Amino acid sequence: MRARVLVRPKAGILDPQGQAVERALPALGFDGVRNVHVGRLIELDVEDPSRLPEMCERLLTNPLIEDYEIEQ
Amino acid sequence: MKFGVVRFPGSCDDVDALQAAARVADAVLLWHADHHLQGVDAVVVPGGFSYGDYLRAGAIARFAPVMTEVEEFAREGGLVLGICNGFQVLCEAGLLPGALLPNVSLKFIFRQVDLEVVRSSGAFTGSCEVGERLSIPVKHTTGRYYAPDDQLDRLEAAGQVLLRYAAGHNPNGSLRDIAGVCNERGNVFGLMPHPEHAVDPLGGSTDGLRIFESMRAHVEQHVLA
Repeated sequence: MRARVLVRPKAGILDPQGQAVERALPALGFDGVRNVHVGRLIELDVEDPSRLPEMCERLLTNPLIEDYEIEQ
Repeated sequence: MKFGVVRFPGSCDDVDALQAAARVADAVLLWHADHHLQGVDAVVVPGGFSYGDYLRAGAIARFAPVMTEVEEFAREGGLVLGICNGFQVLCEAGLLPGALLPNVSLKFIFRQVDLEVVRSSGAFTGSCEVGERLSIPVKHTTGRYYAPDDQLDRLEAAGQVLLRYAAGHNPNGSLRDIAGVCNERGNVFGLMPHPEHAVDPLGGSTDGLRIFESMRAHVEQHVLA
């Protein structure tokens, strides 16, 4: 089964990558953009999707600093 | 007293760490794929880009075969020092609290910084004095120390913060200027600055030796005595 794991920096943790993007957009004329955060997308084929949460907790993310969402 | 320095694929400060340790004691390299620690009295997890730092810094190295033994060694009270990438590996392995995030500047930073000794007791800063300044270089992209606020309070209250960046010297946005923390038991310590690069007068500072000397003194007094 194809699955996607969306990884985001946890709310409240300073996200300089998001800030850099947010500062760059107005320079190109894209005004009115706020709360930009940059995360990661992991796509994978998995035989047993019930093991995805454990994969996320142990390797794909660091739960102390990242939130994740599994899409199947 | 014998130090063991772990070499992962992608380690680049292993030889400097080996030579720094060899200035104060015996020192050998430990191969990442081996399952034994050659009877060393202390382990150094050095800087570099272990396993390419693919995914997250330190995330894959923590599953290296030798890490099983390093974790066991730490559980038994053995001294483990993580420098830079080694610090990231120990955090990912859960041997140290917190995590390292990309520098606020998003830039690779390589410069000499002043550190302040917060605690002078214990295995890693025992040869230093509280408030003393150490001049040691940092060189990293992912060195911003992070832990949730309540955990930071607990770490400070428990005396687990051993080194801070001196005022005006925090290079990466680390919370509360934390440069190095140890575990609750005090036998595992990680720091972003590189003590192994500050051991020879030619490099401008020998302050890094204090960490290795502290470890040797601790082992000699408490383990080998």
